[in-house]
Amino acid sequence: MAMFKDVLETVRMIEKERLDIRTITMGISLLDCIDSSGAKSRQKIYEKITRLAENLVKEGERIENELGIPIVNKRISVTPISLIAGSSDDKNYVEYAKILDAAAATVGINFIGGFSALVPKGFTKGDRILIDSIPEALATTNCVCSSVNLGSSKAGINMDAVKRLGEVIKETAYLTRDADSIGCAKFVAFANAVEDNPFMAGAFHGVGEAESVLNVGVSGPGVVKRALEKAQNASFGEMAEIIKKTAFKITRAGHLVGTTVAERLNVPFGILDLSLAPTPEIGDSVARILEEMGLEHCGTHGTTAALAMLNDAVKKGGIMASTSVGGFSGAFIPVSEDEGMIEAVECGALTFDKLEAMTSVCSVGIDMVAIPGDTPASTISGILADEAAIGVINNKTTGVRIIPVYGKDVGDTAEFGGLLGRAPIMPVNKNDCSVFVNRGGQIPAPIHSFKN
Amino acid sequence: MRAVVTVIGKDRTGIIYNVSKILAENSVNIEDISQTVMHDFFTMIMLVDMSNMSADFSVLKAALEEVGETIGMSIRIQHEDLFNAMHTI
Repeated sequence: MAMFKDVLETVRMIEKERLDIRTITMGISLLDCIDSSGAKSRQKIYEKITRLAENLVKEGERIENELGIPIVNKRISVTPISLIAGSSDDKNYVEYAKILDAAAATVGINFIGGFSALVPKGFTKGDRILIDSIPEALATTNCVCSSVNLGSSKAGINMDAVKRLGEVIKETAYLTRDADSIGCAKFVAFANAVEDNPFMAGAFHGVGEAESVLNVGVSGPGVVKRALEKAQNASFGEMAEIIKKTAFKITRAGHLVGTTVAERLNVPFGILDLSLAPTPEIGDSVARILEEMGLEHCGTHGTTAALAMLNDAVKKGGIMASTSVGGFSGAFIPVSEDEGMIEAVECGALTFDKLEAMTSVCSVGIDMVAIPGDTPASTISGILADEAAIGVINNKTTGVRIIPVYGKDVGDTAEFGGLLGRAPIMPVNKNDCSVFVNRGGQIPAPIHSFKN
Repeated sequence: MRAVVTVIGKDRTGIIYNVSKILAENSVNIEDISQTVMHDFFTMIMLVDMSNMSADFSVLKAALEEVGETIGMSIRIQHEDLFNAMHTI
């Protein structure tokens, strides 16, 4: 039996420090649902998802009950729909999004990811139709999440996709203008997208994956912050050690949940993503961890170094704890979903440019950032290109989930509710980049030697 | 299958009696008990064996939570696996 103090530590982590399993995400391949008839294909998709994921929520709740650790979300990711729908004659893929939404409602999950296209080097017919369908798909469904991979370290950056996605994000913002452009919160533009990520909005089930797997995303920013609070005068080496040990424990809990649920659902366990994912609740913030290290506010000088150390130490602790680490595995910095980030933006400590710098050392990228509704599409494309460049050059995943909130400007706040939180509108650089964005073509793949 | 019962709250009479009564009623055997009282604050951890349990786990859990509310303590029951996973290499 674990020691007395170990038991109490676990109970305290769950009760007071918001340790939870952020998501169990079932990845389902839809490759065998391809059909020249769109209607038949959609019927197969609905049937397959509802059959394989029938017990996902039930088993998730059962293990939650037995272990006494909350599993916040139960979700599904599927093969990128552009690959599935491409063989049909359909001219619009919104119906595919609707069938995913219907399947999600039937099995009782809160998000389904995979309304996606992979276009780092060019578009297929299916990719183009899917990208054109994104605004309406996100505006007419509840649970569907969409993503596009527009660059990779092997292929470079598809600047035609960058340009088009700036427009797609604007259209999505307009179509969901009645709810603070919330459609954009369900879309991510990636570079170096990973195929096994369990977190939304960017989850999809890659073609290299098995028929069906169960992936897990663990969290626990509150636990890390509390551990650092107890070590006020620790050096960086000592702090890194504390974070590693904490990440180890969190990861082990996630591994246990993942392997148990996978076994009960009779699917292979996929990966464990040990990202520190904040929520808008007090005590569940990544920004507050950075501040605990000695920064007055997240965003001041030193923030990038603090985040780099945090991210690296989380990975090291997690990798020791599980051989199945995958996904992003690091720290997320979504502004609207982190009360510390929100406060840092509101007090002027955290700027858009600093956020961009932070994304070069942690998981993902410009995430859940609200910007003025009148931001031109070309400026959004410029932001996408910058983030993609950080990812492509540094061999890491970067993403952009940005919301040009229709009808709102700097000084206003967008309210998304629930886990998506609220976001103060952040100013963006007003100088024009449209000539750059409109050039079109491909930024070539970077050289992988002579690194300086 | 073993589980860990944690009981935390202000010290009072009858805590062990109330908890072990529920466990006995559901044929759950107590294997180990540790407890401390610090500044009137009572913490008890029980390791229990559920292999002959007569009720469903969720029923037992609900019964323990109910008695916890009655006596003003926080009572949790969790599978032992979680603690072993988190605290052993």
